[in-house]
Amino acid sequence: MPTTLHIVVCAGIVPDPLQTLEPTTDPNGPGIKNEMVLPAVLDPWAASALYEAANFAAKNPGSKVWLVSLGPKAKLQQVMMTVAQKVGFELVPVDGPIGGFPDAHATAAVLADTIAALPGLERTKLLLFGGWESATRGAGVTLQLVGERLGIVNQFQGVDQIDLREDGSFEVLERVEGGKHQVSVCAGAPAVLGWATGNLPEPRNNPQVGMANMRTIMPALQKAKSVALEANGLKYVAVNLPSQQRVTRVEKNLSAEEIAREIVEWMGAE
Amino acid sequence: MERILVLTHADDSGAALTKGSLEAVTAGVDLAARLGAELAIGIVAKHASHAAAQVAGAAPRVLAVQGEAFAQARFASDAAACTEICRAAQPTMVLAPESSRFARVMAAVAHRVGGVIDTHITAIGGAEAVEATRWFYRQRIEAVITRDKRPWFLLLDAGTHAAFAGEGPHAQPDEIAIAVELPEMRTQVTGLRAPKLDQQTIRPDAKLLFVAGAGWTKKQPDGNVRVEEAGEIILKFLAASGASLGSSKSLVDQGGEGQSILPFLTHLNQVGQTGSTPRHAKGLATCCHGEEPHVVGWRFIGERRAVSLDANCGWTRGKADVVYVADAFAVMAKVNELLDKAASRS
Repeated sequence: MPTTLHIVVCAGIVPDPLQTLEPTTDPNGPGIKNEMVLPAVLDPWAASALYEAANFAAKNPGSKVWLVSLGPKAKLQQVMMTVAQKVGFELVPVDGPIGGFPDAHATAAVLADTIAALPGLERTKLLLFGGWESATRGAGVTLQLVGERLGIVNQFQGVDQIDLREDGSFEVLERVEGGKHQVSVCAGAPAVLGWATGNLPEPRNNPQVGMANMRTIMPALQKAKSVALEANGLKYVAVNLPSQQRVTRVEKNLSAEEIAREIVEWMGAE
Repeated sequence: MERILVLTHADDSGAALTKGSLEAVTAGVDLAARLGAELAIGIVAKHASHAAAQVAGAAPRVLAVQGEAFAQARFASDAAACTEICRAAQPTMVLAPESSRFARVMAAVAHRVGGVIDTHITAIGGAEAVEATRWFYRQRIEAVITRDKRPWFLLLDAGTHAAFAGEGPHAQPDEIAIAVELPEMRTQVTGLRAPKLDQQTIRPDAKLLFVAGAGWTKKQPDGNVRVEEAGEIILKFLAASGASLGSSKSLVDQGGEGQSILPFLTHLNQVGQTGSTPRHAKGLATCCHGEEPHVVGWRFIGERRAVSLDANCGWTRGKADVVYVADAFAVMAKVNELLDKAASRS
């Protein structure tokens, strides 16, 4: 018998990875130059979580997927124009600051309060999904803190796969050191699952899915509550681009044999 | 005065501390000496006594949680164990390794004891206040941070400190057993799943990282796609050199897009913006281009060389030490020949 799941996916928005990033500092703290006008995407690992969530929901009738996202309303709307065409979900936007420099504890508190207040969410069916790290702060703590605040004591990070069983339990594969996976069996929801890449490709855009999603996304964005995030004593002493610039030797005229000899010699050198 | 606690855990044997734990001990010893702070060490292990002996001389006090339940790297039991050690030690600073085991739980532990946490710390400095260095935006921006709030937890990236190795005879530290009341365990760790030994291409301790880019599976100058040959050359090189294999996202993703793929590559091999940023002394990139999302995967590689057919490749812009403009198929086949010869001589 399929298991009914209530899957909440926490996902932020990040600058498109191909953009050049330049840090700036103003009286409110560090940020990225022109971050509000840089093209943005859904955080890549969190996007994997969203696609996996939609896949589980499709296989388990009666299940539901919420996408909880904290960011400036205008940027959220922009990113949702694309994301909404991928899979079905209910957007729960929170209008707040963008970027990786705000404190993770404050972010987690806002997200936990938002999730706790979701109408119709049953905690006994809750799988809290997200990326195991973001592409901005990259701390890997926000989802864990949200889970902790919601009282969830079964947590998994670096998840690449879960296999749901008929009794509601699931086997989960988490990335550990050395290119291995740790295998665990959890008795069932509620649980936190911080996804790595997963196994699903990015779904193709489906305009029908997009139209269905946008009917609820636009009103949700209009009603999004605004939040400010506490610093929790976090201070930035310095924020810089890496200064290391190498002097590159470009070899265009060596034969394959000469190059191979140089490489082997270099590999053996201490 | 700061009170520093270094939290450590055992490896798969259940009795010996992991290398990352011993690196965190070194960081704790250094920081305590610099600040004139008290230092204690916490251990989570199936058998803590041997682990405690490994840190003899580092700190006068060891607080240990041990037992069968702590053989498993599991959120509920590890979080409970670390929380109780923190409650017993009452630290203002907590250092711990950024291992998969502790990364899974330490934010929750910080929250339980009213603290704050920062992760992926690569250096600890500061003259008057403690300052920690970490990267943002996937190793593209480096920041130095400090916090007033305590306890402040710092998870240290692997390879940023030397592993602690106590020299000479030391008095055994006072080992204090900490009792932990566990919640109902709804998760059981059933084991590890790894590729077969001869297919294990991720080797964190290897001196060399070999990165295969998407060019290996593209049409070559002779007009043919030579994926099978590429696979043979790469695997032969990995076997002969002992190198670890990394890959670009584009090459790994090809599998999901129905294109020709190198069958031994998985997302675990992926380095860069959406992959790992491993630490190796040397790195050799082949058939990659050097755009920023890829380069972040190389941030912690010491010496970097690249083989690419594109003379205008991004690697020529100050990211690699040497770029060879050449056909990687031909070069790596010759490299394999030379490694074969060297092996047969020895």
